[in-house]
Amino acid sequence: MTAIDLGIPGLTGVPTTDEKQTARDYKSDQEVRWCPGCGDYIVLNTMQSFLPSLGLKRENIVFVSGIGCSSRFPYYMNTYGMHSIHGRAPAIASGLAVARPDLSVWVVTGDGDALSIGGNHLIHTLRRNVNLKILLFNNRIYGLTKGQYSPTSEEGKVTKSTPIGSVDHPFNPVSLALGAEASFVGRALDSDKAGLTSVLRQAAEHRGSALVEIYQNCPIFNDGAFDVLKDADEAQRRIINVVDGEPIRFGREGEYCVTREGFGLTVAKSADVDASDIVVHDASDLNLSFALSRLSTQDLTHTVTGVFRRADRPTYDDGVRAQVNEAKAAKPANLSKLLHGKDTWTVVG
Amino acid sequence: MSTETRKLDRVVIRFAGDSGDGMQLTGDRFTSEAAAFGNDLATQPNFPAEIRAPQGTLPGVSSFQLHFADYDILTPGDRPDVLVAMNPAALKANVVDLPDGGILIVNTDEFTKRNLTKVGYDSNPLEDDSLERFQVHKVAMATMTIGALEETGLGKKDAERAKNMFALGLLSWMYHRPTEGTERFLREKFAKKPDIAEANVLAFRAGYYYGETTEAFAVTYEVAPAKLNVGTYRQITGNTATAYGIVAAAQLAKLPVVLGTYPITPASDILHELSKHKNFDITTVQAEDEIAGIGIALGASYGGAIGVTSTSGPGIALKSETIGLGVMTELPLLVIDVQRGGPSTGLPTKTEQADLLQAMFGRNGESPVPIVAPQSPSDCFDAVVDATRIALKYRTPVLFLSDGAIANGSEPWLIPDVDTLPDLSVEFATDPETFQPYSRDPETLARPWAVPGTPGLQHRIGGLEKQDVTGNISYDPENHDRMVRLRQAKIDGIEVPDVEVEDPSGEAKVLVVGWGSSYGPIGAAARRVRKLGLPVAHAHLRHLNPFPKNLGEVLKKYEKVIVPEMNLGQLALLLRAKYLVDAVSYTKVQGLPFKAEELQDVLADVIKGVSA
Repeated sequence: MTAIDLGIPGLTGVPTTDEKQTARDYKSDQEVRWCPGCGDYIVLNTMQSFLPSLGLKRENIVFVSGIGCSSRFPYYMNTYGMHSIHGRAPAIASGLAVARPDLSVWVVTGDGDALSIGGNHLIHTLRRNVNLKILLFNNRIYGLTKGQYSPTSEEGKVTKSTPIGSVDHPFNPVSLALGAEASFVGRALDSDKAGLTSVLRQAAEHRGSALVEIYQNCPIFNDGAFDVLKDADEAQRRIINVVDGEPIRFGREGEYCVTREGFGLTVAKSADVDASDIVVHDASDLNLSFALSRLSTQDLTHTVTGVFRRADRPTYDDGVRAQVNEAKAAKPANLSKLLHGKDTWTVVG
Repeated sequence: MSTETRKLDRVVIRFAGDSGDGMQLTGDRFTSEAAAFGNDLATQPNFPAEIRAPQGTLPGVSSFQLHFADYDILTPGDRPDVLVAMNPAALKANVVDLPDGGILIVNTDEFTKRNLTKVGYDSNPLEDDSLERFQVHKVAMATMTIGALEETGLGKKDAERAKNMFALGLLSWMYHRPTEGTERFLREKFAKKPDIAEANVLAFRAGYYYGETTEAFAVTYEVAPAKLNVGTYRQITGNTATAYGIVAAAQLAKLPVVLGTYPITPASDILHELSKHKNFDITTVQAEDEIAGIGIALGASYGGAIGVTSTSGPGIALKSETIGLGVMTELPLLVIDVQRGGPSTGLPTKTEQADLLQAMFGRNGESPVPIVAPQSPSDCFDAVVDATRIALKYRTPVLFLSDGAIANGSEPWLIPDVDTLPDLSVEFATDPETFQPYSRDPETLARPWAVPGTPGLQHRIGGLEKQDVTGNISYDPENHDRMVRLRQAKIDGIEVPDVEVEDPSGEAKVLVVGWGSSYGPIGAAARRVRKLGLPVAHAHLRHLNPFPKNLGEVLKKYEKVIVPEMNLGQLALLLRAKYLVDAVSYTKVQGLPFKAEELQDVLADVIKGVSA
């Protein structure tokens, strides 16, 4: 049985198993070597706990990563995996996805890997809508090279390479992905196992590229970067978790909400606005998704989590495979005929 | 007056015009006529990097040279016997190559004061005595073409555009070429615009009849069919032969192909060709950049397909890191480099052999990669099949070094019987009991090709150093030393055929060693010096890494070794380093192939020096 029978578009063609799987099945025999307290551990555990629920054959899952701390991820997954080169994982994974419709291919990357050295591959992969699930571990710092600012570090960031503060302006990864025509964009916090699992599941189910930004703490070089989102009191004022089809409210009692303002969105107190003015999330509405991405400010005054965008459009790998299959059906491969072409002449003895 | 017909054994014709004049098409059609007639032939297009440089200027000149003969020839010819110049710029840029007494056919309509001034002619060369050492034929091609098309109702501008077909018609008459093929070709090419098709056919016929009826041409020429080996032939360019070789290799290996590539001159035609053959299970991906192109290819190889990437020198520079990943992960990968003039953007449409050391050493760390170089346009087919054999059997990236001269040049190709081509089938790893990601075949030292989806073989690979056998990450000093040597030993041990030496008299004291596209000019030069009674041996290398096992022995047999290259002596450097041979380097980097004549002089001087 393949996942097509399960009606999961994102996993169409990937063989499933009835064998019961547990998180343990997904742990490789390699010792995990991230720093103590690294957010990567939680993401790894969440992934290992989540994958059994898909019921896929383990040998048909592949993790491809670039370079950086998070890119060690494939070594710790008992699936197929390739730890490739800096920034290039989306390209390598695209080649694999094009060649093999029977695989569930995941890309693990970081803010430097995906947004700096590999920025070009990321945007073009999203534009093409290759059937890949891209996990972008964003810790807003270069960890493996020991603490330089990254393309998501805040302006003024003091690091080893910017002793009097960075003058670089950071990317908003979700805005970038939406601008690159991504068909699925989500965000979650490393520490929020339920939220991350929910976004991962929706990403897996989506056919096409899915970019999941994961806010991830680096305890060594950028410790506490997301602490305000992890403090229970602060979090309820700052985190706006969106669910497709539901009015966007947040806070302990839903006392805050999102309303329209000009061409964008703003945050208001629910008590101050008419219930009908509260924006209802529609993940297929690109303008709304983009406006939501702009509510997330670099200083984390507000951070939107959940799935910003989920839209159906044809995927690149399905498209090229369809062309090849149509050509094969229309014209049998005849090598001798090809080599002869139209104009030949014969020399006789 | 009756026209005299002279028999010739060979002729070189060069068509030259503005890049908008359709000279490549004209040359290509004449080539097909020569092929259909049974001549041996070789062609060399020469065109600017700009798509349409300003009209009528020197940078905008495009030319096509064709050498056809009644015997087997090796090169497109050093210098034209006949030059067709469609405008003053074409005349000025090409007339220096025309030998005294050569035939010059000029389209007089373009020799206006404005056009002459554009290229710096103070006076009209058709009216002064500057061309008197040639046999000049002044033909108002545009005027006559427009005249011939008067009744078609085609506008003057459109009619005038068919003047290249007038020129083709005239030359076809002069050389007794068959014409049906060209008329059929024109009707097929312009099938959707029948009026344009007819206009071109009419212009072609007008040129032919003009030759027949005018008294301006006293002589026509015949070049009899060549006595080639028995079999079926077609005309083929190097890039097409490369693409066909990839298709064939995939069929022989029973594997799909994924080409990941980025457009670049002069390699793009390989992408164009392969994209037409999807029915052979070939997927072509035009990536966002060179790096993504090779990444896609490597990803596909990891998945069990034949990953291929095609580019030119600047693209190889960008792909280096991924080639290194291919070396480390020991996956099959075919990397096509159609070399062009460098460094940097260099001379995009001109030829050069200066990427040999880049192919050999252009990566970080000890990163050995096999190198295969074709020696002529049609040889690309066999050479790329062999490159694929090495990639699949030894699980390694392979660099295929073609060049601009081979890529765009064409020649007749004896089409192989597909049943005689080698079996390239591979075995994927499947047994979980014995599987180790970095265990090795004792004979080839290749590691298992274990593709995702195979139950029980889940494993991780990557660019970090591997522990021998297990493939786990290892920083152990002894292990690193061992792995570096293992990777090198695997490449060093690749089976390649011995190099053959051509020395008909067996008395040569001088050996000329070449590689790649210089095969033609070196071979032709060697023939010429032998005719002068000077024995010379010629060895041409297809395998540049590893070298053939007998190469060292061959080099030691001769008193003198000379190595002509279109670079500053890259092969010579490798030969000197590896074999301690005092190889003499003869080099030229003008973006053009060697001329047989100049190599003849070089060889003759060396041979005389040794004998003296």
